[in-house]
Amino acid sequence: MIPVVLGVTILIFTIMYFIPGDPVKLMLGPDSTPEQIEAKRADLGLNDPYVVRLGKYVGGIVLEFDFGDSWVYNTPVTHELLNRLPRTLAIALASMIIQIIIGIPIGVFAAVYQNRFWDRLAMFIALIGISMPEFWVALMMVLLFSVEWGILPPFGIGGIQYYILPVFALSLAGIATQARQTRSSMLEIIRSDFITTARSKGISQMRTLFRHALPNALLPVITVIGNGMGRLLGGAVVIEAIFSIPGVGMYMVGAINARDYNVVMSSVIILAIVFALIMLLVDLVYAMIDPRIKAQFAGKRRSKNNG
Amino acid sequence: MSENDTMLSVRDLSVEYTSEGKVISAVNGVSFDLKRGRTLGLVGETGAGKTSTAKSIMRILPDISSRITAGEIYLEGKEILCLSEKEMRRIRGRKVSMIFQDPMTALNPIIKVGEQIREVIIQHNSISKKESVARAKEMLELVGISGDRYHEYPHQFSGGMKQRVVIAIALSCNPELLLADEPTTALDVTIQAQVMETIKKLKEELNTSMLLITHDLGVVASACDDVAVIYGGEIIEMGSKEVVFDNPLHPYTQGLFEALPEMEEDAERLKPIGGMPPDPSNLPKGCFFGPRCPHPGENCSTERKQLVEIEPGHFCRCGRALKMENSNG
Amino acid sequence: MDDVLEMGRSMNKNETAETWKRQSQLGIVAKRIAKNPTALIGFIFLVLLVLMAVFAPYIAPYDYTEQNLMNTRSAPSLENPFGTDELGRDVMSRVIYGSRYSLSIGILSVLLGTSIGMFFGAIAGYFGGTVDNIIMRFIDILQSIPGTLLAITVSVVLGPGYFNSMLALSIGAIPMSVRLLRASILGIRGEEYLEAATSINARTHRIILRHIIPNTFAPILVSGTMMIGHVILSAAMLSFIGLGIQPPMPEWGSMIAGGRNLIRSCPHIVTFPGIFIMIAVLSINLFGDGLRDALDPKLKK
Repeated sequence: MIPVVLGVTILIFTIMYFIPGDPVKLMLGPDSTPEQIEAKRADLGLNDPYVVRLGKYVGGIVLEFDFGDSWVYNTPVTHELLNRLPRTLAIALASMIIQIIIGIPIGVFAAVYQNRFWDRLAMFIALIGISMPEFWVALMMVLLFSVEWGILPPFGIGGIQYYILPVFALSLAGIATQARQTRSSMLEIIRSDFITTARSKGISQMRTLFRHALPNALLPVITVIGNGMGRLLGGAVVIEAIFSIPGVGMYMVGAINARDYNVVMSSVIILAIVFALIMLLVDLVYAMIDPRIKAQFAGKRRSKNNG
Repeated sequence: MSENDTMLSVRDLSVEYTSEGKVISAVNGVSFDLKRGRTLGLVGETGAGKTSTAKSIMRILPDISSRITAGEIYLEGKEILCLSEKEMRRIRGRKVSMIFQDPMTALNPIIKVGEQIREVIIQHNSISKKESVARAKEMLELVGISGDRYHEYPHQFSGGMKQRVVIAIALSCNPELLLADEPTTALDVTIQAQVMETIKKLKEELNTSMLLITHDLGVVASACDDVAVIYGGEIIEMGSKEVVFDNPLHPYTQGLFEALPEMEEDAERLKPIGGMPPDPSNLPKGCFFGPRCPHPGENCSTERKQLVEIEPGHFCRCGRALKMENSNG
Repeated sequence: MDDVLEMGRSMNKNETAETWKRQSQLGIVAKRIAKNPTALIGFIFLVLLVLMAVFAPYIAPYDYTEQNLMNTRSAPSLENPFGTDELGRDVMSRVIYGSRYSLSIGILSVLLGTSIGMFFGAIAGYFGGTVDNIIMRFIDILQSIPGTLLAITVSVVLGPGYFNSMLALSIGAIPMSVRLLRASILGIRGEEYLEAATSINARTHRIILRHIIPNTFAPILVSGTMMIGHVILSAAMLSFIGLGIQPPMPEWGSMIAGGRNLIRSCPHIVTFPGIFIMIAVLSINLFGDGLRDALDPKLKK
């Protein structure tokens, strides 16, 4: 986890280091004098060599959790990020929960009715679901629910009604992905020998399905849900911009337009850190469900203690 | 033979699988009887229809890809193919149970082994949870595993141990009929004998009838009373172990025996049966064994043979055997 | 020297058998797809879209830059089936021209990313040890940055434009092919046909080129096809937030961005480009699903 965060920080910093042109010149505008530009560069530490700048930046994040200042507003980025992160997280997590509670049952249902009408219909709709861009879905939802019917606010923050459209627009693709994954992994598990064993015990079909097949089928789904969280965090950026939700994403999109590159970089890194934390959580959940993985973890811990 | 003596009676059973539009005839009119307390060995090559026959008796063939196209199966004289799924569930695991071929995959990897045994006990007995746990532990002990291992998961067990757990599941409701589908094939040779002993011992104790599916004539010799040889989805020779072993009539059965290594003779090489088993999606018109038969007759390639009682209690599906026996008699 | 000659000779000898085998495999796959109605529909739509992109100037009723300030923001009508935008440009013509950008960016990015990925995957699997470790740790890091954010970051650095977007989006296609190729090389290492190849003294790099890469072809083709759909969506997203292809180029994502503020009065400007993104990605996904089933019939049952 720590090496990953470190690696991500270094990688993003290095990519951003290669921004062509002089961001300071762009920031200060065409009327700025060379002296002003030079002063600003020195002020931002842009004249230091790569390694020094990298060291300062990474050291700041790792040791003090300090992402530096915004180049445009001179305000600390960390403060702003931490203020905004809860909103982004709320949207992403709410979307994840919706994906799970809608996507997985659809997948189970489709697997049970494999190749029949309802399965085909559900899977065709799911395929459409993963074929639409989130931002367009969001706009279409605004068109329908806000402009046409006027039942939900088109943008802004406030009560829960402000989050319904963003969260559903963001979840749609994930619901479809979860449904597809659950279906295919259910179909694979249903063919397993241990399902035949379960049937041979005389237990009900429901019990075979929910006690024996589903928990095993969910193992790959959990990984997909974890990876999907990466897509949700990325998608949240665009969704926030559309619905004017002041989260990390909107901060970042604003910073892209203002060429406030430290903010762009820091936003990406903090979202990557959140993603890494979630993947860690996914591993733990996986271990809780799958005793084989749990045994591996326990084995590692034991050997570590011994060594 | 009175009705009550017959535990299981299979009549003209046929099973088909469909795969990518191709129809595969796995079982083609199999009939046999199994008397109470006895063991019938069902012998044949991979793909001969042994497992499909057993799964038909349990009615656990995969719903989507397969179906029983003809035949009846009587359990203690009662037809079970027409039972509802609900009625069938009361039979599965309680009256009839099954031991599967591959213990590595037969257990649910994420449920404790004890729970997997307890599940079948609680399903068929109205007892408390505590009693069912105690009973599951008893079953573990019975198959030679410490009851303390109730809370462990399948991956913590060796292959032989897993098969013992599968046996414990199968026997935990004292079934009257046990279907053992190559119970030792997937195990190490050294473990095979142990597991087979366990099955035999428990079967005696519980007075269970058993259908033992195997391709190993040695297993038949040591564990069975009767034997039925299955080829291309039909029984080609059947009788008590003694008559079939002493006097194999069908050329295929004879071939099986010739392919065995003999202890006394110092044979240089074993005699394999030439050719390949028939393609179940494209069966020959005449005798299924015809293309491989060392003594093909004139009409063998065109005419289907019937299973005929050649000597008392000894059935064979071969015209040549019938003729030879007649000329001897 | 002898070695190279020997290699060339044996390659020629095997050539005919190999091509024959590959052709017949292709035939089988094509037949399976033709039998699968949904995959066939996907394929047909895909062909139609490609034809639309190629022959855009002949199909489109107007030029995509042609402004008609007398007829701005008009709703769909007979003259302008998809309506006109704020500058009076015909939305349908722009949508038709837009297919050029979306489709080509999707295909080229995936081709580029997959090639890079296969190269590094082969190196990782072939050399193993430290090289493998470094490559794989790098891929781990790459994958722990949400793909959208990585594409945005790289786009910020490279600046907007067709070629730069393509580069930025190709990075997303790298990790999958690295992992696939590396895994197959590691998995195949122990397999018998490789032992057989080694036992007849075949060189390792030759084994990789002639045995392993053909064997990973199917999974990479399937994942690559699905990835094209994904890249088209990401490309539209980049343009939507102003990082991809810039107006007045009629890219679907930037058309949606352009019409966004007019969504109340003239929703058609936003609706039609989106529908075409959906149709493009849907047909690619339908075809990809069919391809997967055709290449691996086991999965279908």
